[in-house]
Amino acid sequence: MSDITKQSLTELVENIKNKKLSSTDVTKAFIDRSEKSDELNAYITNDFTSAIDKAKKFDQKPNLDLKLPGIPMAVKDLFCTKNIKTTAGSKILNNFVPTYESTVTENIWNEGAILLGKLNCDEFAMGSSNETSFFGNVQNPIDKNLVPGGSSGGSASAVAGRLTPITIGTDTGGSIRQPASFTGIVGLKPTYGSCSRYGIVAFASSLDQAGPMAQNVKDCALLHEVISSYDPKDSTSINFKRNHFSKELTKNIKGKKIGIPKEYRVDGMPKEIEDLWQKGIRYIKDCGAETIDISLPNTSYALPTYYIVAPAEASSNLARYDGVKYGFRAKGENLIDMYEKTRSEGFGAEVQRRIMIGTYVLSSGYYDAYYLKAQKVRKLIKNDFDEVYKKVDAILTPSTPSAAFKIGEKTNDPVSMYLNDIFTVPVNLAGLPGISIPAGHDSNGYPLGLQIIGKAFDEQNILNIAYAMEEKINFKNKITDWWIK
Amino acid sequence: MSIDLKTIKHISKLARISVDEQRAEKLAGDLNSIFDFIEKLNELKTDNVEPLTSIAETTLKLRSDEVKSKNIREQIIKNSPQDNEDYFVVPKVIE
Repeated sequence: MSDITKQSLTELVENIKNKKLSSTDVTKAFIDRSEKSDELNAYITNDFTSAIDKAKKFDQKPNLDLKLPGIPMAVKDLFCTKNIKTTAGSKILNNFVPTYESTVTENIWNEGAILLGKLNCDEFAMGSSNETSFFGNVQNPIDKNLVPGGSSGGSASAVAGRLTPITIGTDTGGSIRQPASFTGIVGLKPTYGSCSRYGIVAFASSLDQAGPMAQNVKDCALLHEVISSYDPKDSTSINFKRNHFSKELTKNIKGKKIGIPKEYRVDGMPKEIEDLWQKGIRYIKDCGAETIDISLPNTSYALPTYYIVAPAEASSNLARYDGVKYGFRAKGENLIDMYEKTRSEGFGAEVQRRIMIGTYVLSSGYYDAYYLKAQKVRKLIKNDFDEVYKKVDAILTPSTPSAAFKIGEKTNDPVSMYLNDIFTVPVNLAGLPGISIPAGHDSNGYPLGLQIIGKAFDEQNILNIAYAMEEKINFKNKITDWWIK
Repeated sequence: MSIDLKTIKHISKLARISVDEQRAEKLAGDLNSIFDFIEKLNELKTDNVEPLTSIAETTLKLRSDEVKSKNIREQIIKNSPQDNEDYFVVPKVIE
């Protein structure tokens, strides 16, 4: 049974369908490994006992027509799960037990999957290293004391460390793609409006999207097919014809035109990232696609724009945490004092910092100078993409400007932490889909990722390009199980 | 531009987050370095640019105003930090 956790989702589904494995076998194997992996700190809450009950129940009357038949999986603790504590990595939600289920997780359980538990993340998904979580740092399975990236750090660590076969994260500025890149796995940020935001703890509503994280592109396509759906409960959910992503997946990308944006060659970018990018370009050509040099002139304004738009939306979304209806409450001398102490004690430093930025840029006298200005620049950034997509089918860039860094290395300098998301943020601002695939290693042997950015609603195309490149790259993650005693 | 302690106090009041002196100083430093970085946007001329207000290019749909959740008072109250079965309880507001 020891090799069950090494199987891909696609293999596990096949083995369960062929009755070579039961859901109980698979569920127990992942629980066993998760229990030996406390040092990674990937879980905030586990639901192992009921997972085994659910698996046994599934095996008694298996429905093998489902897409995720009896497959166990853990999810980011930003998704509301009915009757299971949902914290968003925050003290302020440490006692919050939702009475309803998010649409994305509902879709997953409807296809037969079984919840293993809730995975660690940066507090309210605000962070790029999982160091802002109230529940502590997450270890990257690649090396001790290395961050897994963030905000979906527990999710990335759990997939790379084989604590769960697949997972879902959320991506507001790179929170799926950056940790996927740091841990050597695949992560897809779908088009805005593709996956419902209903029941996901809100960070920045015009940017937030849920998406799949997996060991390989095919698993990612299958999970995306399950979670992407039109949902009237999310007013920005878009009703369009969704592909049968896993069935339509093809390595034939002959004749596709892939843009290489010169503005992503940023100052101070390590040579190994440039080399990786060049390697990616060669692989694209080997697959029979064509690369074209393009320009996205406003790229360098994306990060400053993001650090106005996202905190502004966050400050508004997080106004609901006042200690009255749910969550943590501090004692106060009067109502206002109670609000102020609740929020001061309940939110961590990074969340407070972003609420303060957001409040400031929306405050009287500053709105035009900051928020309105950012909305205008956001338009220019979107126009850049619209313009290049007249000439190309997709865009290839590095996922991050460096490999994973050590825990504590960037915590004292917020701006240097924010720079991690320099290649991922423009995609969220323009509402586009982007996928990160592992493509090589740096000199320390840490994984590096490449990002493929697509046109809106063109996930199938970027999945296909990723699928074709994955075969050429033939990436092997170097994981030694150092944390297992 | 520089954000001083007075401004930090003002924003913290608006954000309903109590901030002591030490924290205020740290926040002023952080916010100043973040805003130095944000100031880069002033390089761009945007006078004739329409602001992007919605990324999803659809108009919000109208729906009929019907009650879909019935008898969920218990569920709603369940997570409140302090309740008396029927209401959310807050510190005394009227003397």
